[in-house]
Amino acid sequence: MGLFKFLKEKILKKDKTVQDKYVTGLDKSRKNFTSKLKSLSKKYQKINEEYFEELEQILIEADVGVNLTMEVIDQVRDEATTKGITNPDEINELLVDKMFVSYAQQGENIVNEIQFAKEGPTVLLVVGVNGVGKTTTIAKLAYRYQKQGKKVLLIAGDTFRAGATEQLTIWAQRLGCEIVTGKENQDPASVAYDGCVKAKKDHIDLVICDTAGRLQNKANLMNELAKMKRVIAKEIPSAPHEIFLIIDANTGQNGVIQAKAFKECTSLTGVVITKMDGTSKGGIILAIRDELGVPVRFIGLGEKMEDLEEFDLDQYLYGLCLGGEEE
Amino acid sequence: MAFESLTDRLTAIIKKVRGQSYLTEENMADMLKEIRTALLEADVNFKVVKEFVNSVKEKAIGEKVLTKVSPGQMIVKIVHDEIVELLGADQCGLNFAPQGRPTVIMLCGLQGTGKTTTAGKLARLLKRKMAKKVLLVAGDVYRPAAIDQLNTISKQVGVDFFSLGDKVNPVEISKQAVKKAAAEKYDVVIIDTAGRLQIDEKLMDELVNIQSEVKPDEVLLLVDAMSGQEAVNVAKAFNDKLKLTGMIMSKLDGDSRGGAALSIKHLTGVPIKYIGVGEKLEDLEVFHPDRMADRILGMGDVVSLVEKVSEEIDEKEAKKTVNKMMSGNFTLNDMLSQLEQVKKFANSKFLKLIPGMSQYANQLDTEKMEKRIKVMKAIIDSMTLEEREHPEILKNSRKMRIASGSGTSNQEINQVLKQFEMMKQQMKDLPNMMKSGKMQSMMNNLNNLKK
Repeated sequence: MGLFKFLKEKILKKDKTVQDKYVTGLDKSRKNFTSKLKSLSKKYQKINEEYFEELEQILIEADVGVNLTMEVIDQVRDEATTKGITNPDEINELLVDKMFVSYAQQGENIVNEIQFAKEGPTVLLVVGVNGVGKTTTIAKLAYRYQKQGKKVLLIAGDTFRAGATEQLTIWAQRLGCEIVTGKENQDPASVAYDGCVKAKKDHIDLVICDTAGRLQNKANLMNELAKMKRVIAKEIPSAPHEIFLIIDANTGQNGVIQAKAFKECTSLTGVVITKMDGTSKGGIILAIRDELGVPVRFIGLGEKMEDLEEFDLDQYLYGLCLGGEEE
Repeated sequence: MAFESLTDRLTAIIKKVRGQSYLTEENMADMLKEIRTALLEADVNFKVVKEFVNSVKEKAIGEKVLTKVSPGQMIVKIVHDEIVELLGADQCGLNFAPQGRPTVIMLCGLQGTGKTTTAGKLARLLKRKMAKKVLLVAGDVYRPAAIDQLNTISKQVGVDFFSLGDKVNPVEISKQAVKKAAAEKYDVVIIDTAGRLQIDEKLMDELVNIQSEVKPDEVLLLVDAMSGQEAVNVAKAFNDKLKLTGMIMSKLDGDSRGGAALSIKHLTGVPIKYIGVGEKLEDLEVFHPDRMADRILGMGDVVSLVEKVSEEIDEKEAKKTVNKMMSGNFTLNDMLSQLEQVKKFANSKFLKLIPGMSQYANQLDTEKMEKRIKVMKAIIDSMTLEEREHPEILKNSRKMRIASGSGTSNQEINQVLKQFEMMKQQMKDLPNMMKSGKMQSMMNNLNNLKK
């Protein structure tokens, strides 16, 4: 259990306030998950098949997905058998250990912060299905980077949904940053273009471009997104530098299909998972990482503009699986 | 389309069983495991899946003797009946208030489930199909621009809009809206509320207060078709607080399998009343459990198909085309318009609704087909009218002219002509094909387009 101990020690050294905020945000998910794990280990003196079945249920109910769940459980079961582990607590630790390794191995090392271009404006394109919280997340990201001293420009690229431009405009006023808007039903690519021109002229550091929500099975809407990307690249050659897919923590297994389709169309650089202050466990991010290697970069924990945290696997698993044990 | 993979999976399982003469414990176990996985991948709640699988097992074992005739059909029937039962055996419409006061509908749900859009869709449906005078009420005072959004939608639908801005308490807004509606003889008041977490006690109490003030006839929960396992707990919490009268499932035009619908109905008993199937304001449909179950199993939804087609296709135009097809006077021009229609057809939901076609629908690569049709169009557009009517006059020199005119090659032109001959032949055979149900050969023909 070397890795596991390493993980725990690393976390305990972390800045207490950051950790507390994270743990509070994840509180409901965590309590649910850990209390289940705890009562499970109390119920069983020794592990047996039934124990694994209940572990399986806990993971599936966290939306981790059947495939990944079975994979992890099988690994834990095998290792428990070969090493002769029969203590439920140790099995639980082994489980977290496996989940950590599985996530870490599925892609490159992860840098959460937006990677800024060496010169010129850095462009972030924000995509996702309807109602996941794209506009709110954009406000949160803008707030975050304004605080770091960056000059931020918003592009209201959702010209389709009624009230979308107004919504982002209100956020821009609250944030005190500039915004480029288009007319109702204007080609979003042309709005993005105008935004890029302005960004170059005004020496903007970070351009965040909103897009209309679209279901990933609508080919023409996905093509529209690809066009936006091309038009942006025409004006600022290396852009968009980052493309974030916003995923609602309530999303079930369709999340993997979403990530896959958006990745094919726009080459995603990261995922932001929203609404993690609810009771949903957001296990789909583990499945997305497992199947597509796209890392989670940020995590939304509320409706206010400061309710955004960097995603930290250590803390996510800690909050989800271990936090309860400290109480 | 929802439940697609569930259909595929069950089709594959049933094929496996079909090859065997009768059901054994062994092949049953396989099948049940597959059904379990499929349902879990469809986001049906873990506990519901467990019950479902057990219940199918029990029924299948009981019917064992009968299944000797056709085990596959038997299983389809059992699974189908189970799903219908889970979804609720019958459809139910909206509850209207007794005459003399307006019907009040309150919409609630988590953030981003589509409450505001659905409020507009419901208003349109009530106005257009039931001739009701509707008042849309902006009760979401928290999300920036939510009021603007509803205002814009109400203008699009052509119904009246009520707002007191974002500084007034939603309970007060609702109260005044209903008062105004009663005084001005509105038939229906639809109250849009802000999205909220079911664990946010303050905001949940706000809903309870609205409910006790205006006593809505309908309290509808919006559920996202893409929801995962937690959807059941969310619905339960809303139901405990508010005694829901129904739910509306949104975003069913996506490719999520919508298993949450099954779970929520089963565990809370709250009926699904409508489904959202697109972003446009007309994209709201009445929920039919039996049709949904049919679709889940790939058995085709003929009733929906007929309704859809009659809604969207110009009957005269269709008749003209069919007559031309049947008469054998089939020209290259007809082929082109025919393929354009097929393209539309394949892109739309129709194909999957045809019995037996859902399994082929996935095989169609519409993008490749579109490209192919584009090339064909270029070639045919480069022909003279005479050539289009009588392609047999096309000799080498004409072909070379067409090739340079359309930017294609001789070979591609030959392919188009071959395709044309094939289609012409098939059009002649069509009446017989319809009778013997040889849809497969038609599908093969469609697939040839990809090559």
